Parts: sequence; structure tokens; C-alpha cells
Amino acid sequence: MSKEKIVLCEDLADVMPPEYHELVESATFGNQDRGWKDIGSSKELIEQHSLCAGCPESIAFRYILASLPTPEDTVFVGSTGCTSLVFPHVAVHNIHSLFGNQNAVASGLKRTLKSRFPDVEKDVVVLAGDGATVDIGLDMTMQSWFRQEKFTTICFDNELYANTGGQESGLMQKGFVAKMAPKGKNFEKVRLAEIAREAGCAYVAVLTVSKPNRVEQAIKNAVLVAREVGPTFVQLYTPCILEIGKQSMEGLDEMKDAESIGGRFVQKEYITDEAQKLLDSIKEETKARKQAAKKPVNA
Amino acid sequence: MSHYEVKAGPEAFLPPAAASMGNVLPDPGEAHIGGKIVPEEEAYEKAARMVLGAKVPTIFPGPLVLWKWNDHVAEEAKAIRELALEAPMRIIPMADYRPKYPKINQEVEINPNHPNLTIWHNKIDVCIFFGVHCHMANLSLKMIRGGTNCYTIAMCAMAGDEDACLSFRDADLKMINKLKATIKKLKSEGVESQAEPFTQFVMGRSGTIVAPA
Repeated sequence: MSKEKIVLCEDLADVMPPEYHELVESATFGNQDRGWKDIGSSKELIEQHSLCAGCPESIAFRYILASLPTPEDTVFVGSTGCTSLVFPHVAVHNIHSLFGNQNAVASGLKRTLKSRFPDVEKDVVVLAGDGATVDIGLDMTMQSWFRQEKFTTICFDNELYANTGGQESGLMQKGFVAKMAPKGKNFEKVRLAEIAREAGCAYVAVLTVSKPNRVEQAIKNAVLVAREVGPTFVQLYTPCILEIGKQSMEGLDEMKDAESIGGRFVQKEYITDEAQKLLDSIKEETKARKQAAKKPVNA
Repeated sequence: MSHYEVKAGPEAFLPPAAASMGNVLPDPGEAHIGGKIVPEEEAYEKAARMVLGAKVPTIFPGPLVLWKWNDHVAEEAKAIRELALEAPMRIIPMADYRPKYPKINQEVEINPNHPNLTIWHNKIDVCIFFGVHCHMANLSLKMIRGGTNCYTIAMCAMAGDEDACLSFRDADLKMINKLKATIKKLKSEGVESQAEPFTQFVMGRSGTIVAPA
């Protein structure tokens, strides 16, 4: 879908509920500089969410949706988990895949879109939890990286299976005791970012969602690098406050603790030389465009 | 397999899919009434009579006709509006397929995940689906048949919908106009609309501008 099609039929517009008028009038489709700062002043692409009160995943969704370079030409591929509860409320095309095969579905989708729309840049973004990405779907996840499929994989890492009651996942930290893992985990947290780097991802980022500007930059980098260079991966810490015994208001503090020095989620990035070159050139272009826009036009 | 008649409900909590009962879809130039394949002309007559005989006939336009995908769709939207005025019928949009929490405003919209709420609230006894994607139409039509007494008419742009009480296939601008013309013809022959007087609601950016009445 292109942004030109996000228009209501004139003859039936007056029966449409207000949120659709808002979507047409004040969403940021087509804005090259869209980002997290638009939240609150424009129509967001998430209508509501059905997650728990205070869930960091909900804020992660809002930042990601605000940061996509071209949401009208983006398709999400989701998987089973808390994230799949949100996709029905999102105004971006999305596909729910079987548990774990999201990267296989995304591979086919990306190739098909490339063939069907050769002149339009269609972005495919996988968004799944740690169970789907690392445990059940690790085969599909890694194979897509080995094949250098050009799409972005985002993992919402809450370090356990949250919506089934707190079972141990590969990304759970060693020793952690969860409701359904009473003896505590015996093994180290899987180092997925390093696996992604070694498996061929051109851009890898690990961070929490405590700082929206960082999330925006990571998502934009990942999507833009995936267009030109190769697979990209972003691992976002979105703690399940219920399963780690926190209150609704404590999600942000938990993320800040986890990203402080020595924490599990100190921000890190792995970027290949080719990807870095691309990001530098995009940065230069953006800077030049903004400077040109500021210059007064001589009459 | 025995003929399964698709009629207005309430049929059961989980009515069977008509296809699973052996009902087949019409070929081009045909339609089905209650699951029985008939010539398209017969279906126009039946649909028009059902609309005119209803107390609260309503059109549910879906996303395929609410959004301006192209100029042809805009023409269809115009024709839908004209059909509603001719009958007269209410228009209540199926604006979205996404579930809405805590619940939809059933006075002014219908949602495929619980279409019965809108039908019950507005006491709709005949409805026309237009521009609703097949899978969502199937879901809604079955739920409506299961829990309400509403007679459903599907103007399907594809091969028809076996779960509607009456379904056209290959529906387009011409077919909307043909249904409108059939209603007009019946009215000129003395068939009066039984629709209760109503005010079509109007929505705007800030909410309801003209409330339904």
C-alpha cells in the first residue's frame, strides 16, 4: 500500500469513526523524518494495546511504529507470544506466522515483494519474542541470516515465556527462578547478538527501550541496512514486570538497571564496514537535506 | 448430501459453515438464495423485496469500499450512498477488522469479531455486506446467522459467499446500480418501504456530528 491510498472515499467518509479521519489527516505517512518525537502530536499507528498495564513491550511497540522509515510500505511478521496480542491493533500490514517460523515466512515474503514491486522499497520486519526467536525458531532465524535475507529481525527479549506463565527460555539469565522454572536456570543466557553477528547480520543492536531516541536510531539503522546490505537484528529488553515480581510503574527502572555498566543490556552494536559506510552516507544526505530546507529561498 | 438452507437465525451458538453442509458457490451470472443457486435476476428481485420489507435495512460497507483504493472504488462508494438513499437504508461502516476494546460503539460501527452487538442494538433485520474481505465476511455472516434474526445479503466481489442468506458474485458498480434500479422499479409498482423513519448519523474528526435517530 502506498501512502497515496490512505484516503477515505468522499461519499462514505462522513460515516467513518474519528480515528480513521485522524489516521488520514495526522498520521506521519510519507514524512521522511518521522520518529519518536511525533508521539503525542500526531496519530500513532497503534490504536490500543491489550498488554498488561505498564508493560515495556507496549512502549517498545509505540517507539518502533513511530520509527519505521516507511510504514505504508512495511509488512511485519509476528509470532506467537505477547507481541501477537498487539498486532491486531496496529495500522501496519502484518502476518501472524506459526510459532517459530517467522523468519522463514519473512524470507518468502521479502522475495515475493521484491519480485512483485521491483520499483518500490518494501520493508519486511520480523517482530517476535525470545521464545520464538531463540528457542522454537532458532533454526529459521539463523537460516535466514545464513542466506543473507534482506529483512530486519527484532526480538522482544523478556527473558522468559511470559504469556504462558513464566517458563525458562534460552534468553533467561543464569540462575533466575521463574514461576514455571522453580529450580532456577542452569545455563548462561544465549548470546544471540554474537550469534547474529557471526551468522552474517550486517547490523546488530542490543538495548533496552528506556530511551526512545536510541530505539529510533537502532530501528532506522536496521531497516535501512537491511534494504541495501543484508540481514539485521535488534534485541530489545522488554522485561515482563509481572513475571519478575515488579509493579506496573517499575518497568522503566528495571530497564535502566539492566543497561547500566555491568548490566545484561548495556547498549552495543555490531556493524559491518559496508553497513557503516551506508549509514554514514545516509547521515550525510539527511544532514544536507535538512540544511537545504533551512536555507532561505532567494526571490 | 442434503440441501442445507441458509436462512436468517438465530440458528445456534455455532452454526455450521454452509460449505461444510455441501452448499456450493454460484457460477458467473448466477447467485444463491438460501443456498439454492438461482439466476442473478431472481436474486435482485428477492434482495430488493427483502430490503423494502425490512424495518431496519442496513448496508455494512467494508474497507474495500470505504478507502479510496482507486477511482473506481470511489464510484462504488457513491453508488452505495445512492442505494441507501433510494431504499432508504442506514449505512453503518465495518471500518476495521481489528478488535476494539473495551467495545465498539454499536450505534455507529460494526466489527466482524462481534457483529451481533450492532445488529441487536439497532434491531437490524436485513443487511447488505459490500466491500468486506471474504474471510471476515464469512466470520461475521456465521455469527449473525448464529445469534440474530437478521437476513444477510452479500454483494461479493469474488465468487460469492455461501454463508449469506443471499449472495451475489462478481459484485461491482453495475450491480449496485442494478439493485438500486430494482428497488426503484418495485417502488414504482407499489411496493412500499417498511423501513422505520431514521436519521443517518454523521461522524467527524471530533466524533458524532449528527447522532443516529
